[in-house]
Order: sequence, then C-alpha cells, then structure tokens
Amino acid sequence: MSNTPRTLAEKLWDAHTVVKGENGDPDLIYIDLHLIHEVTSPQAFDGLRVAGRPLRRVDLMIATEDHNTPTLNITRQIEDPTSRLQIETLRKNVEEFGVRAHPLGDKEQGIVHVVGPQLGLTMPGMTVVCGDSHTSTHGAFGSLAFGIGTSEVEHVMATQTLPLKPFKTMAINVEGELRPGVTAKDIILAVIAKIGTGGGQGYVLEYRGSAIRALSMDGRMTICNMSIEAGARAGMVAPDETTFEYVKGRDHAPQGADWDAAVEYWKTLPTDEGAVFDAEVNIDANELEPFVTWGTNPGQGVLLSDSVPNPEEIDDPNQRAAAERALEYMDLTAGTPMKQIAVDAVFMGSCTNARLDDLRDFASIIKGKKKADGVRLMVVPGSARVRLEAEAEGIDKIVEEFGGEWRFAGCSMCLGMNPDQLAPGERCASTSNRNFEGRQGKGGRTHLVSPLVAAATAIRGTLSSPWDLQHDAQQGINHDAEKVEA
Amino acid sequence: MEKFTTLTGIAVPLKRSNVDTDQIIPANFLKRVTKTGFDDALFYHWRQDPSFVLNQPQYEGAEILVAGPDFGTGSSREHAVWALRDYGFKVVISARFADIFRGNSGKQGLLAAQVEEAEVERIWEALEADPSAKLTVSLEDRKISVGELQVDFQIDDYTRWRLLEGLDDISLTLQNEQAITDFEATRPAWMPTTLPVR
Repeated sequence: MSNTPRTLAEKLWDAHTVVKGENGDPDLIYIDLHLIHEVTSPQAFDGLRVAGRPLRRVDLMIATEDHNTPTLNITRQIEDPTSRLQIETLRKNVEEFGVRAHPLGDKEQGIVHVVGPQLGLTMPGMTVVCGDSHTSTHGAFGSLAFGIGTSEVEHVMATQTLPLKPFKTMAINVEGELRPGVTAKDIILAVIAKIGTGGGQGYVLEYRGSAIRALSMDGRMTICNMSIEAGARAGMVAPDETTFEYVKGRDHAPQGADWDAAVEYWKTLPTDEGAVFDAEVNIDANELEPFVTWGTNPGQGVLLSDSVPNPEEIDDPNQRAAAERALEYMDLTAGTPMKQIAVDAVFMGSCTNARLDDLRDFASIIKGKKKADGVRLMVVPGSARVRLEAEAEGIDKIVEEFGGEWRFAGCSMCLGMNPDQLAPGERCASTSNRNFEGRQGKGGRTHLVSPLVAAATAIRGTLSSPWDLQHDAQQGINHDAEKVEA
Repeated sequence: MEKFTTLTGIAVPLKRSNVDTDQIIPANFLKRVTKTGFDDALFYHWRQDPSFVLNQPQYEGAEILVAGPDFGTGSSREHAVWALRDYGFKVVISARFADIFRGNSGKQGLLAAQVEEAEVERIWEALEADPSAKLTVSLEDRKISVGELQVDFQIDDYTRWRLLEGLDDISLTLQNEQAITDFEATRPAWMPTTLPVR
C-alpha cells in the first residue's frame, strides 16, 4: 500500500476490496455484517430459493422484526393480515436458512439499527449493510455502512460481497461547542438544510471537528443516521476513545488479545493528516440553535426561532415549486413564526432518536411537568433492551405520569407500517427522520425535531425548545404537574 | 433480465422535483412479499387525483417517465423500481437520481437516464407541444430524441453494458468465488460473527 494520505472511508474501502475493478468496472467489496428485517428480505430469500443458491455466510447475518411490529399488545396476533404475512414470512425464512433472529417479544428485538450496535456486532473498521437506507447509522463507529435494495440483499446473501463504484468523500467539519438545549439532531438538520436533500449524492460524509468528538455514541448515531436525508450513501465518524468505551464488554466485542489487536487496528483508521476530501462543508457549532422542519423534505428546515419561509424568496424554480407545494400540504402560511405552530401529536422514537441517551434527554425535560391538553404523546424505545434499561431508570413512569404512552419497541410512527399512524390533517412533532407527505399516516403533517424539542413541544403544545421553558419560568409560568397528595 | 437496446414509446412529463420513494410507492404496499404486481401501487396517493398526469388518457401505455431533479430520494425500497416496472415504465429520465434508486434500477433493467436539468425542460416542452409525440431512447448511442429534439444522456459504462447484455449481477460476482474465499482467509480474528449467540 502506498503512503498517500487516505481518508477513513478510503481506508475501509481498500481493506474490503476483494477484486479491484478494471476499466471503470466496480470493485467487489466484502461485507462484514448483514442485517435483515421483514420488509426488504422476503423477495431476496425467494430469489435464492428460485436459483437454488445457499447463504454464503449465515454467521455474518442477523434478523430482527421492526417495521411492522405493533407497539401495544405484542403477545396478541397481529391484526393487519399483510403485516402478519411479512412477519410470518421472515420467521419461515430464518428457520429454513438457519439465520439468527430476534422476533417480537425477544429481549433483543428492536429496530435493526439499534440492535446491531447494542449487541456489539457493529464495530469500527467494518462494512455493514441492510436493506434499509438508515443503515448509515452504523457509520458512527467508523464503519462503512449503507443501505441497499432487495436485489443487493440477495446478492450479499449469495456472495457476501457487493460490486460497487467507489464513493466520493465529503468532510463535514463541525467545530465549536453546542449550547445547552442544542443536540446532535440539530447539527444534522442544519447540515441537510445547508447542503440540500441531494447535496450528498455520491458521497460518503465524514463528520469531523470538536463538536462531533464531544458527542456520545448515541449522538453520533443520530447524525450518521440522517446522512441519507442529505442524499449521501453513508456517514461516518472516526473511532476514538468514546467508540472503544462503548464497544468494550458488549456481547460480541472482541476479548483479550483480540480486543488489543482490534483497538490497535482501529487507531490506524482516522483520516490521515493531509488526506484530501472531494468536498468540504463547515458548520459553526457555537451558532447552532434548535432546528425544525417546516416542509415535506428534510432539507426544508429552519431555526425554531425563525418563521415559515416565503417561497417567493426562493430563486431556484424547482425549489420554489416544491416549497409552495409543501406549504399547501403542511397547511402553513409564509411568515408564521415556527413557535406559533400548534401540534396534535408528539412522536418520540425511531432509529434516529430512540436510544437510551435520547430517552434520557426527553425524560429530563418532561419530568414533573404537565403535558399540554389535547396533545397525544407516544414514546417508543428503539429496542426491547433500551426499553428495559429506560424502565430501570424510571423513564417509563416519568412518561406515563406526564400523560404519554410508553410503548414496545419498533419503527412505529416513523413510517406507520403498523397501527401507529397520524390521522389525516394531524400535525406531529417527531424525532424521526422523514417528513415526507403521508410518511406518518395519510395526510399527516410532520415536523422533524430533536428529543429536547419534542419534549418542550409536548409541554407547551406549540413547537418549542427547552429555551422557551426557561423563558416561561422567568415569566412565572412553570408547567408543573399538580402535586398529588400522598 | 431482458436486454435493453432501443425503445420508442409514450413519455409522461412528471413536473415535480424531489419525487421520493414514499411518493413512488407508499409504505403500506411494502407489506407484500412478492416481487411483482405493484402496478396499482405506483404513485398511489397522487393517482387518487383525477388531474394527476398519469390519469390523462394521452399517457395510457406510457413506458418513459420524464421527471424533475432528485428522483427516487429517501427510503431504499426497491419496490419503487418494481412499481415503475410493473406499471410499464422502462426508462426514467431526470437531471439527478438518488444513489440507491439508481442502483436498484440497474438491477431490474429499468434505465435511469441522466440529462441536464435544462434538457429535461426542453423534453417537457416537446412532449407538451405534441401530445402524440413518441420519445426514443437509444442506450447504444446514449441518446434521447423526440420530434426535432436530440439530447445526450449519461449512464455509467458498467450499468450500460449490463443492461445491453441483460446480465444478472450474482452470476457475474460468483465468477470471483475463489477470490472471495481467499479474502475470507485474511479477515482478522476480532471481526464479529452473529453465531454462535453470545
């Protein structure tokens, strides 16, 4: 290998190249971990069966049920026949092919992108794929992780490789210190608003800088998770002590001499001094504020302290038309302060923001407070294990005393494939990742927010941040729950 | 996979940007476990509106979709490609495609033809000026023509070759079976396995 300085992404690419493509052909890349779930795997298993091909490495695969699973009454039969069919099909397939699986009710069941890291199956220096675009989440460990389509799922099942063209690299430098009340979610929403939903196309984003280094693994996962919302194939953060600390001791983490060898290798992974990125974007963390979307794609976002933008002020005709359409769908008027927008529902969950840190953040704001009248709150932990860990800390009680619903783990209202959906016209502050038309239920209107903003919004009933709660407190408005006599 | 060389057919102007895969096929249809029969699901919500372009009689039997920039963004669902294919589309023309969508298209024989944004507008104009006009897509020449208008499109050499030859990815990769086995022998010991369960 030459001594040319390389980026983290380039090092991982080189380390996983089985066959180098010639004359513009793709490279053949080895896949270290393949996560599957019920939605994008049935047709892939079917393809294998039709072609009579075996799984190449069943020991590098793991299955969980997440997209369709109910978050209430999980021991009852799933009512929706098509949801039930997908789950049953996955169960049949994993049994036939011998794949490790964590079905509904299992203590390791949950959203596929929460389950991999918590089992210690996601580590630095790996390639990770799944038939789900939010596989970019796993890049937070300094792995190359990306979503694939069902044909590619079948390809990995049969060959444990993928033919891929090298990605370009983009550095997202986030320097400075986040103010209290500003989180990883606000960083990534600001990045997407800056580069647009197509800005990352063809790139792997590497998040760098002091503000990223200061984040926990849960925060880094939130950021990498939404890389796809900027159009990027993957997002990554170089591994460091925070990463090693997180991985160490988990079920599948290396032990003894293997651990030492792994850490020694992981320390060689960060981007070399002098390596050149194909593009760079700079974000000043000191300037960031709580962020919120107003439209129907994740790039249509503004500061919470700002107002609904005026489409007439957008130069690009396509963007202008998209904004006009979005305002109509969202039933919003240009110039309305974001903080005046009242919501019907708050959804705290998804692979973006349903890990333990997220639930702790959320609970820290609502604890001892009273939920706004008429606002429905659903809190859905990312995995069964996260749910148990949160319950051990009393977070379930905090949510229930506040007036929220404490649910079982799954994708839930992020995409409404299970019964957790918005009614037409309902407006929701959601910690998920997509505000597309109808994403959370037909006619539903989504504002993407951080867990802190979701919590403050559930208290005030209008889009709000913890800063607004502080301001209210200064005005003598405390939102405290009424004390119940013992 | 069928070979793709040249196609002449009815083209639909879809004058919207950022057509995400949730619009192409809503999540509800992802519950099916088959790989075909998604024609009814394509643009399901938009098609409820009688004025939606696909509901116009002149576009019945369309095989080519001419869309605004950033087509196929969002969810990785390959069902979006299946729905387009099952409806009868063989080509999508846009100024920009989301990466996963582009990859999925190539695997199913759906041609994602990339042209300059201004050229998309010119194609729209040509189609609207003459609703009976047929559009021709030549993969061999990488050219789109409608009436007097001729436009070059971009597609990478590898995908073009595979579409022209109608080749399946997995059998191509399995030609490298020995290289994969050799690579596996070099993987470090600390790399995790899902089995046995720890």
